[in-house]
Amino acid sequence: MSITMAQLGATRLGTTLLAAFLAALVECVEALTVVLAVGSVRGWPSALAGAASALVALAAIVAALGPALTRIPLHLVQLVVGAMILLFGLRWLRKAILRSAGLIPLHDEQAAFAKSTASMQDSGQHRGPGLDKLAFAAAFNITMLEGTEVVFIVIALGAGATGLLLPASLGAVAALLVVVALGVALHRPLAKVPENTLKFAVGILLSAFGTFWVGEGAGLAWPGPASANPDVAIPFLMAAYLAIALWLVPICRTAAHRATVED
Amino acid sequence: MRWLRSIARELLGLFVDDGSFAAAILTWAALVALLLRHVTSHASWLGPTLFSGLALILVESVVRFSRRRK
Repeated sequence: MSITMAQLGATRLGTTLLAAFLAALVECVEALTVVLAVGSVRGWPSALAGAASALVALAAIVAALGPALTRIPLHLVQLVVGAMILLFGLRWLRKAILRSAGLIPLHDEQAAFAKSTASMQDSGQHRGPGLDKLAFAAAFNITMLEGTEVVFIVIALGAGATGLLLPASLGAVAALLVVVALGVALHRPLAKVPENTLKFAVGILLSAFGTFWVGEGAGLAWPGPASANPDVAIPFLMAAYLAIALWLVPICRTAAHRATVED
Repeated sequence: MRWLRSIARELLGLFVDDGSFAAAILTWAALVALLLRHVTSHASWLGPTLFSGLALILVESVVRFSRRRK
C-alpha cells in the first residue's frame, strides 16, 4: 500500500500536535498542582492573576521567537533544534524507562500539593486590600517555569518545517484548556493522570523527531527510494524507540535485582 | 531576580540531568553529522547509523544506572 504525500503531511501535523499536547499536559498538571495549593491557602484572585500574567508573558515569547526562527536557514534550525530536542526527548525517555522499572520514584501530585500547601501556610496570612504578593509570585513562578518548558517544546516542534508552529501551538493550548477545565471542575490535583505513561510517549515522539531533524539538518540520507519523502522515516524511528524502551524496562529490573543480589 | 535564575536552572535541566549521557548524545550526533558522512559511500545508511548509536547510548545509560542502583 503506497503512502501519499497528503497522508504523510497529515501524519506529521498529527504527530506534532499530539507531541505538543502530551508534553504540555504533563507540565500543565504540575503547574496546576501548585496554583491550586496557592489559591486554596492564600486566595484565588492573586493566584489566578499570577498564573494569567505568566501565560501572557509566555504567549509573547512564542509570538516573538516563533516567526524569528523562520528567518534562519532551515537546515541550521533543524540541526540545532534537533540536537536540543534529542537531548530533551532522550532524557525524558530514559527517566520514564527507569520510573517504569521502579528504579526512581513516580512523580506524586498529592505529595507536591501537600508540600506547596504547607509552604504557603507557613508564610503567614495576607492582610489588607490589593494583591497578595507572595501568592502572585508563587503562581507566576510555577507557571513561568513549567510554561517555559512548554514554550521550548512548541518552538522546537514548530521549527522543524514550515507550517508546524500552528499545530504545535494548538496542541499546547488544547492541553492547557483541558487541565484548566479539569482544575476548575475538580478543585484538586490531577493525581490520576498517568504522568509517566505520558512522559514515556512524549520521550519516544521527541526522540524520533530529534533524530530525524539532526539527520535532515546534517544532510544524512535514510533508506528508501530516492523519490520517497524522507518524512517516512519518522514513524519507523518512533516504532524503533518504542521497541527499545519496552525491551529496556524488564532488562533494568533484572539488572537492578542482580546488583542487589551480588551485594 | 530569583525566578530568572530558577528558569535558567530549569532550562539547563531540560536537557541535562546526567552529564555523560548528554555528552555522549551530542558527541555521537556531531561525529555522524560532521565526520562519517564524509568518509562513507553508503549514504542511505547514515540516518540509521545515527539512530543506532543513539539507541546504544540510551541502553548503556539506563543499564548502567540500574546496576549502580542498590
